[in-house]
Amino acid sequence: MQQLDEDQSRRICERVLGFSKADECSVAIAGSRQGNIRFARSGVSTAGLNEDRRLSVTVAFGKRQGTATVNEFDDKSLAQAVRRAEDIARLAPENPEYVPLPGRQDFKASAEYVAATAAIDPDYRAEAASHAILAGRQNKLITAGFFTDVTGYEAIANSKGVFGHRAYTNLGFTCTARTEDGRGSGWVTRSAVDAQRFDAREAAAVAIEKALRSVDAKAIEPGRYTVILEPAATSEIVGRMFGAFGARQADEGRSFLAKKGGGNRLGEQLFDPQVNVWADPWDKDVPVSPWDAQSMLARRRTDIIRNGKVAALDYSRYWAQKNGAAPTARHGNMIMAGGTKSLEELVAETKKGVIVTRTWYIRMVDPQSLLLTGLTRDGTFYVENGKIKYPIKNFRFNESPVTMLNNVDALGKPVVIGGDEVPFQMVIPPMRIRDFNFTSLSDAV
Amino acid sequence: MERRTFIKIGAGTAGAMLVPVFGNAIAAEELLNPMATSAKKALADTAMDAARKAGASYCDVRIGRYLNQYITTRDLNVQGVTNTESSGVGVRVIAAGAYGFAATNAMTPDAVANAARQAVAIAKANARLQTEPVVLAPVKGVGEVAWATPFKRDWRSVPVKDKAEMLIAANKAGLDAGASFMTANLFQINQQKYFASTDGSYIDQDIHRLWAPINATAVDKASGKFRSRAGLAPPVGMGYEWFDVKPEHKVRAAGGVATLYRGGYDIVEEARNAGRQARAKLSAKSVDPGKYDLVLAPENLFLTIHESVGHPTELDRVLGYEANYAGTSFCTLDKWESKTFKFGSLIVNFSGEKTTPGSLGAVGYDDEGVPTKRWDIVRDGVLVNYQATRDQAHIIGEKESHGCSYADSWSNVQFQRMPNVSLAAGKAPLTPDEMVKDVKKGIYILGRGSYSIDQQRYNFQFGGQLYFEIKDGKIGQMLEDVAYQSNTQDFWNACTAICDERDWRMSGSFFDGKGQPSQVSAVSHGSSTTRFNGINVINTGRKIA
Repeated sequence: MQQLDEDQSRRICERVLGFSKADECSVAIAGSRQGNIRFARSGVSTAGLNEDRRLSVTVAFGKRQGTATVNEFDDKSLAQAVRRAEDIARLAPENPEYVPLPGRQDFKASAEYVAATAAIDPDYRAEAASHAILAGRQNKLITAGFFTDVTGYEAIANSKGVFGHRAYTNLGFTCTARTEDGRGSGWVTRSAVDAQRFDAREAAAVAIEKALRSVDAKAIEPGRYTVILEPAATSEIVGRMFGAFGARQADEGRSFLAKKGGGNRLGEQLFDPQVNVWADPWDKDVPVSPWDAQSMLARRRTDIIRNGKVAALDYSRYWAQKNGAAPTARHGNMIMAGGTKSLEELVAETKKGVIVTRTWYIRMVDPQSLLLTGLTRDGTFYVENGKIKYPIKNFRFNESPVTMLNNVDALGKPVVIGGDEVPFQMVIPPMRIRDFNFTSLSDAV
Repeated sequence: MERRTFIKIGAGTAGAMLVPVFGNAIAAEELLNPMATSAKKALADTAMDAARKAGASYCDVRIGRYLNQYITTRDLNVQGVTNTESSGVGVRVIAAGAYGFAATNAMTPDAVANAARQAVAIAKANARLQTEPVVLAPVKGVGEVAWATPFKRDWRSVPVKDKAEMLIAANKAGLDAGASFMTANLFQINQQKYFASTDGSYIDQDIHRLWAPINATAVDKASGKFRSRAGLAPPVGMGYEWFDVKPEHKVRAAGGVATLYRGGYDIVEEARNAGRQARAKLSAKSVDPGKYDLVLAPENLFLTIHESVGHPTELDRVLGYEANYAGTSFCTLDKWESKTFKFGSLIVNFSGEKTTPGSLGAVGYDDEGVPTKRWDIVRDGVLVNYQATRDQAHIIGEKESHGCSYADSWSNVQFQRMPNVSLAAGKAPLTPDEMVKDVKKGIYILGRGSYSIDQQRYNFQFGGQLYFEIKDGKIGQMLEDVAYQSNTQDFWNACTAICDERDWRMSGSFFDGKGQPSQVSAVSHGSSTTRFNGINVINTGRKIA
């Protein structure tokens, strides 16, 4: 795949903008090469490579919009795409919520591209898988897992002066180890921009150790427990909450941030004072695009929760204009402050509690209270007097992240977690939470 | 597992195009011109020839053109119309006893030959870590054949303006009936799939699906409370005639608490009812937790079937291929081998099939070129079979595949996916109203709500859209904050009554996710209204600070 550099992207964008006769025009270019290898039953099951590029052009005549997309970048194709977008725009109904494009933005680059990750090849992927497969076999465990890497570029531009180009890399690895008799299961997840910060051996060892320790789980009664949630266990729970920080939903009375009697809860103390969460496109551990491609606005470092208070809501350009507020770019990452203690140190100072490795199948039960349900999986352990006493059966929980973040007992050292069903790259600490609500037992291993 | 990522399907697919189209624009007209079958055959032959020369013992080629259109409206505004188009070729081979797969969006002889050679190289590389060779169940080549979703009206030929006006009319009806906010969306899918294999098949298929989900939200600003009621109508495997509703398409729910749809859909009427019932939910009684007899309408039970029966009987999960993601299964091979595993009560019968007209899973051939069929999975309460593909059939002693192979794109490799899995209707005459008469303390549940199940499919918790108290044989007041929790085997063994064929209908899951990289699939699940005795109901009402 040809990775377009900034000059090449700029030239293509300028050609497209030059072809347009509409009142406004915007362009987005994206290309990527994604490789993957999947393994199961201690052998490789599938492997693949997917290369793609596309260019999207959107034009507007007044409040009428049209968009067209091509994957050929020669002049003829670009001109045809612009014409097609203009044809569509002329047929479109007016969108009463259309807001004119933003003007020039200051995009300060994020360190998203690492050559070592871009150099990943099929041999590297096979080796990553083989570490887990072979270590599993040595321990009489059955392994399954997935390694994927992406190298890509993106550019945006518009007729009001916006231009941005970025190159990025990323990788993700997950591995499950299960005992041959199906009585024990362990899991691990790793995510990194830089392949040099990824160690498949280290990761596989975590899954293997959990699998071996989780055999012969005991059943303990469901109820409210102090829990030590590993970062992966928490990420999907809190990640869902950050998708509900829209000002419009709150102002319209249909979110947990709606205020009784009208308005929103910006500035209110909704969480424990230890809770601090922010978004930062330039974070060294989870750098993300310095712009939000949808709004074409520059991202900024933004406090979302400061000392437990709601510090910011998301304003779309339309809702901001209607309410006299500043529009915000949608965030690309979520970073939660923690402490300096390791997971082991959190365990060592716990009198009685439950360690949760991973949570699974989390779904919204009630958007009014953000009540979520889901289950623990792949390594749940009982702690007593600072030591892991024994593995326990998995639980179903019914809990709200709002309640959970009001019951923070201690926070550990944050780590990087790639989102699965939530769109954010995250840095999340292990957490000790009081009164976490387990409602039933699960026999699943 | 159900995922809600329609846009991601296009955006994450090589060559995907995101083209919002308003009105009957040029792009929409172009959608009606498929690639000539002869050209597809020539490309497929090129790929198979290259694969053989590179050392493949088997090769299949899938040439796909995937067209999606998504219209989204909110209140009286059209928020967007998105067309996605993706075309390309996927080549799967077996070489050295292992699978290899490669795909390209370049539809040229050189590109597909190169993809075939890449697939062979990947297979040979994977063979080094392979513990046993791939064994395919035999399939007789069917030559050059075609199959198409039987539809009367092509969604691609309906002006976007007409569709948008229908959705806006639905929103207006919901707002007039009491909703504070309404959304109505329309998902439309056309998959033009050409399959060829070294077994001698050249299969051209044209598949159409539709889904028009609506949602009504009512807000009481004084109390800060809000409640939603989503549509109850299913997604379907049919054409735009789905919206040409006739009186015979309307089904009266027990006690007349809702109008349900089979074969045709009145979206405006449904939106009106949703608006009214969203408002009514604001003052509904919060449920007392405890044991209840549940009367579940097919519009609720389909998702319970999907999660607790469909997924655990997928053979790849049973064998461990999904262990790292979607999970494994409690329906282990030893349980099937025993021929005595009591999955459910004696009246519980499940079958798998991809043949029912109008269903989401209906195709003529699966993505391995296997003609589709129907088979039993649970018979008289006993687990008797799984869902299998060609490479799994020998494991369960079958001589042929069940036809359960599917890929959501030309760029993704095909693997085992759920067919339509349905609960057979009861044999004795019984209507939903008659069923309710036998219930002393129960809850009638309609519609899909929150749903979650563990990775081996034991422990689940499901909600719904509408809950009505049943007291001494009569349907009473509306309830809220209801979710039912159970263990799959306990639940299906608590099944005590199933309404007869007159009440049988299908709902479905449009975006069922599985695999890594994740793929989506659409399947329908049929049932009649069904009763489960003594099921645990929890109260999900909470207050936050």
